[in-house]
Amino acid sequence: MPPTTEKTGTRGAPLRLGDRVFAGASTGAGVLILVILAGVAAFLVSEAWPAVTAPSEEIPGEDNIVLYIWPLLFGTLLSAFLALVIATPLAVAIALFISHYAPRSVATILGYVIDLLAAVPSIIYGLWGAQVLAPQTVDPTQWLEDNLGFIPLFDGPASATGRTMLTVTLVLAVMILPICTAVVREAFLQTPRLHEEASLALGATRWEMIRMSVLPFGRSAIVGGAMLGLGRALGETMAVAMVLSVSGDVTFDLISQANPSTIAANVALSFPESSGTEINVLIASGLVLFIVTLLVNMAARAVINRRRDFSGAN
Amino acid sequence: MAKRIEVKGLDIYYDKFLAVQGVSMTIRPKAVTALIGPSGCGKSTFLRTLNRMHELVPKARVEGKVLMDDQDLYGANVDPVSVRRHIGMVFQRPNPFPTMSIYDNVAAGVKLNSKRMKRADLDDLVERSLKSANLWEEVKDRLGKPGSGLSGGQQQRLCIARAIAVQPDVLLMDEPCSALDPISTQAIEDLMLDLKSQYTIVIVTHNMQQAARVSDVTGFFNLKAVGEPGGLVEIDDTETIFSTPSNRATEDYISGRFG
Ligand SMILES: Nc1ncnc2c1ncn2[C@@H]1O[C@H](COP(=O)(O)OP(=O)(O)O)[C@@H](O)[C@H]1O
Ligand SMILES: [Mg+2]
Repeated sequence: MPPTTEKTGTRGAPLRLGDRVFAGASTGAGVLILVILAGVAAFLVSEAWPAVTAPSEEIPGEDNIVLYIWPLLFGTLLSAFLALVIATPLAVAIALFISHYAPRSVATILGYVIDLLAAVPSIIYGLWGAQVLAPQTVDPTQWLEDNLGFIPLFDGPASATGRTMLTVTLVLAVMILPICTAVVREAFLQTPRLHEEASLALGATRWEMIRMSVLPFGRSAIVGGAMLGLGRALGETMAVAMVLSVSGDVTFDLISQANPSTIAANVALSFPESSGTEINVLIASGLVLFIVTLLVNMAARAVINRRRDFSGAN
Repeated sequence: MAKRIEVKGLDIYYDKFLAVQGVSMTIRPKAVTALIGPSGCGKSTFLRTLNRMHELVPKARVEGKVLMDDQDLYGANVDPVSVRRHIGMVFQRPNPFPTMSIYDNVAAGVKLNSKRMKRADLDDLVERSLKSANLWEEVKDRLGKPGSGLSGGQQQRLCIARAIAVQPDVLLMDEPCSALDPISTQAIEDLMLDLKSQYTIVIVTHNMQQAARVSDVTGFFNLKAVGEPGGLVEIDDTETIFSTPSNRATEDYISGRFG
């Protein structure tokens, strides 16, 4: 940490060469990240600006840039958020099973399998979603429309191809599951024995011990893992582009043929045929995605810090 | 409250490793029993068999009997969880729940036992427990603050308050003062003398002066030889152990000739 080294420096103690090199390298790496981030932001803003000022006839399909980006942003947030809602509880459950329930051999194998899922390229998930999962969802979504149609999410008409928002969220949930699980599992495994024994000695059952000691200890990891997953889901491109049938409608209906696209998928699909201001428009949508991702991460930080007093870090 | 524990021919294993062999003793109610001995001779291991915490180590097991007022704690239909609800434990390093407030720490065990308790009753219980642990005056204005913000000695007394809040029959303490400064140690020792009017207390300590100060009965554990399992050498009134022990090894140990 730079502050510590500075203190030793001002106290007059001569810094050893190794310390100096390390301090320099770590400070340099930190600064480099900020420079790259600033560079990306500057690029996005300068390239997006022409789209904001462009006359309405140059915006593809819409009157202005806001109307163009809004459905994309909506689709991005909806799909990522729902994927998170599905994946997080599942990740916590799997992580708990691995860390506290499964016999060691089973836990190890399961851990490997989950890590393998993370190594599957997203194009494969896209193929799987479009070719395998989507057809499988046709009958269930029809059932949802018939029986739960009064819920806006299942308003219908159910898609006959299964290339729906629901399928996309399921694919995204599977894609972010490994990263969420890995982060949460690491934290659960590191729960201090001392805290586990504190609850067990009070006469807690295993599940009560998990609630009293393991989950509170892992809470910031759960938020952190979820946010990492959310970041991946927000930016996921190929899987969405290959699965989703797009109309541009802004709707919460998850099972119909008419869906908003997402920012990343839209950029990937539209970029090859774009030129001039159209490219600026796509970059502007990218800027919005960039800002949303930054906000998500800042919000995650805030959540993690809010109850730091109680985090057990002291 | 304050029950008698009887241990008969207890062998304690970690998987195939026999750590402690052939312990038999009677632990008196409403008294402090101290267990002393060189480190590694199995004091902690033995203590943790009394509330069935030992078996939480994978493949750890015991042979023999532990009776609490004639009930076999290792009987076939005895739930270890309920054993632990009746036999409280305080650990070497203070371990309040870091994510809970001081109040919630004390209430934690009670909430496990009886889910619904009137707020006023719970307030009352928390206050009583903290008073019994000689901590009330120091924390009464900050019950909502995290327990991890207290000093080490205060945290240990918080752990004692947490353990006695569930009104256990027996209180086990594994070197409860070894991580504390002398003043906090004094506070805990005073507390033990207060508490023994209500509880059966068993304390492991590596500090012989402490055993002499707080205990009524002292048991001396030792390794039979290097590589052999540990065991109970003798147990007697503390005065007798420290003045006229019947075993040569005990005499050597308490006079500082070894260990
Ligand atoms: N979790 C464990 N697994 C295997 N062996 C253990 C474990 N804990 C303690 N032991 C062994 O049991 C013996 C007694 O240890 P312990 O009860 O901690 O001694 P003491 O508390 O008297 O210092 C030692 O040989 C120690 O190595
Ligand atoms: Mg010990």
